[in-house]
Amino acid sequence: MRKYWVLQRKSFSYLIDKKTTLAIMVLSIASIAAMLISIGVGDMYIAPWDVFTALIGTGLDINELIITEFRLPRVLVAFIAGASLALSGAILQGVIRNPLASPDMIGITGGAGFAAVGFLTMFSDDSNNLLLSINYLPIFAFAGATVVAFLIYALAWKNGVTPIRLILIGIGLMALFQALTTLMMLIGPIYRASQATVWLTGTVYGTSWKEVKAMLPWFLGMLPILILLVRRLNIQGFGDDLAMGAGIAVHRERFMLLMACTALAGSAVAFAGAIGFVGLIGPHIARRITGSSFGGLFPASALIGGIMVVLADLAGRTVFSPLEVPAGVFTAAIGAPYFIYLLFKNQ
Amino acid sequence: MNGILYGNNRKAAGLIIGIILALIIMALSVVLGYTNTSFKQAIEAYTAFNGSNEHLIIQLSRVPRSLVGMAVGISLGIAGVLMQALTRNPIASPDIFGINAGAGFFIVFSVTFLGISSIQQFMWIGFLGAAVAAGLAYALGSAGKGGLTPVKLTLAGAVMAALFASLTQGMLVTNEKALDEVLFWLAGSVEGRKLSMLTAVIPALAFAWIVSVLLSRQLNAFALGEDVAVSLGQKTVIFKLAAALMVILLAGGSVAIAGPISFIGIVVPHFARFLVGNDHRWIVPYSALIGGIMLVLADIGARYIIMPEEAPVGVVTALIGTPFFIYIVRKGIFQK
Repeated sequence: MRKYWVLQRKSFSYLIDKKTTLAIMVLSIASIAAMLISIGVGDMYIAPWDVFTALIGTGLDINELIITEFRLPRVLVAFIAGASLALSGAILQGVIRNPLASPDMIGITGGAGFAAVGFLTMFSDDSNNLLLSINYLPIFAFAGATVVAFLIYALAWKNGVTPIRLILIGIGLMALFQALTTLMMLIGPIYRASQATVWLTGTVYGTSWKEVKAMLPWFLGMLPILILLVRRLNIQGFGDDLAMGAGIAVHRERFMLLMACTALAGSAVAFAGAIGFVGLIGPHIARRITGSSFGGLFPASALIGGIMVVLADLAGRTVFSPLEVPAGVFTAAIGAPYFIYLLFKNQ
Repeated sequence: MNGILYGNNRKAAGLIIGIILALIIMALSVVLGYTNTSFKQAIEAYTAFNGSNEHLIIQLSRVPRSLVGMAVGISLGIAGVLMQALTRNPIASPDIFGINAGAGFFIVFSVTFLGISSIQQFMWIGFLGAAVAAGLAYALGSAGKGGLTPVKLTLAGAVMAALFASLTQGMLVTNEKALDEVLFWLAGSVEGRKLSMLTAVIPALAFAWIVSVLLSRQLNAFALGEDVAVSLGQKTVIFKLAAALMVILLAGGSVAIAGPISFIGIVVPHFARFLVGNDHRWIVPYSALIGGIMLVLADIGARYIIMPEEAPVGVVTALIGTPFFIYIVRKGIFQK
């Protein structure tokens, strides 16, 4: 039996690894299970089967109301945010060819964080009232991420952009924006500082369909682009010289990849806050499962990232109930032990 | 790969100029600030002390923070060099060992659950946290088959750092009072440190400075790759352990006194490489000097940036350091 299914047409060709396909199917089932459980658990417990029937429209009305109005959007936002962050990390680790790369590392989330904290401190008056609606926060955050991404690229450009220059510039900018964020928090009132801390930790508290609708286009829009980029990213992994020899316009592709990475990370951070760790560890865990070919790595990363944030949010809601702990706290608590286990097992 | 200073004579001259510059900046750091003082007053504060406000400020605030700043800057600069050499990763820094995050976690934990709030106590708790986090990262990095490899160490450190950081954030989110108390510490600062805090850790730091300088030849060998280093007669296992211990001492001691100051460790080695090229026998002392100068300079800046309040020095290092750093990176010393 061969290891691959071959999918070949005129303009594209894919090798589909059977083991990877199996892994991705298992992960998909795990994601759905995680979401069903997460939807069911809360002040009012709903069994997974009842959740399922409510979702397909044959369940109790009361369940349907709770699920579709309150819990489903929150779980969806958590999943999309996690998937976006992990994908964005996978892209970046491929582009930079450094296992430490993640959107938080090169300042993309830092830029979003600065914009968000700036928004909170600049637009609040002496009695802690916001002068602008909080709904504008995501727009600021997204703008911050995008501006930083362009800055990184522009500053790293010098007859092309090399991975090492890209990440070093990114680190510099990250430090700068972190410093500015801290400064903002110190200048502003402590009430805003604590609000900003929650946001910087990352939470999907109080999300509604509005957020889902705003995030989904970014995520879905990126998918076809990523499928097209897979082969090129694989070749880039061999180094610039080889990639150029294979006919890749290395610098143009790198720009596109960086933009894809920003769009994903930016939209996630805008709506779910700066959930750390997922972008760094998600792709690593995925790589251990599927190997480093991006065709399998992308879907696996996305699913793992999604599961991580959904479970983290579930833990955040329930473990210290009635206190709500932001999901960002638990992503590390869930991801770190598993990652350490992988570190032990492999190599 | 050469730096912009060719030849041993020029490098030595550069080092001497650096030392002079460091002394000048320390002197400036003693007299500049919200309370106006002169060099004459600074000397009189020690020769003819008269109990005036200015003399008190110089003795109790300015001189200590200038010395603390220099010691912390030197330590962080060297720790950065060691860390980047040890992991063979140009973007590694002591924070990646989990040192800052570990110290932060232990301090926030003790504020939240043990009700501790004095800077003196923060110091020892921070040191403990730094050592625990780095020890864990080192143990994890060397676990499994193959012993300690640069990639495993880097990843283990990053994971420990992320884990501690998010636990810290969790506690801060649920406890606003703790946030208020530790926010300034978490930003990193050399303000309000007593001389006794420095004398408590300076033996450890000075020991680590000397050992690091002695290790610098070994760093050159290690940089060629582990196989080559072994064939040159290096006991790499012992070397890696020694270098890691020095990082823990240097970065742990620094975070204990001044809180997490993240910028210096990661960028100063690049400044040094820009000046003197790839030879660690020069990179180590240059990084020490540049780190010290930068931190004291940043501390002076911190007094003016949002006067009359003080900005944390960690913020200012990033503000003044980033443009330089970007310039150097663009100047292109990395041919990869």
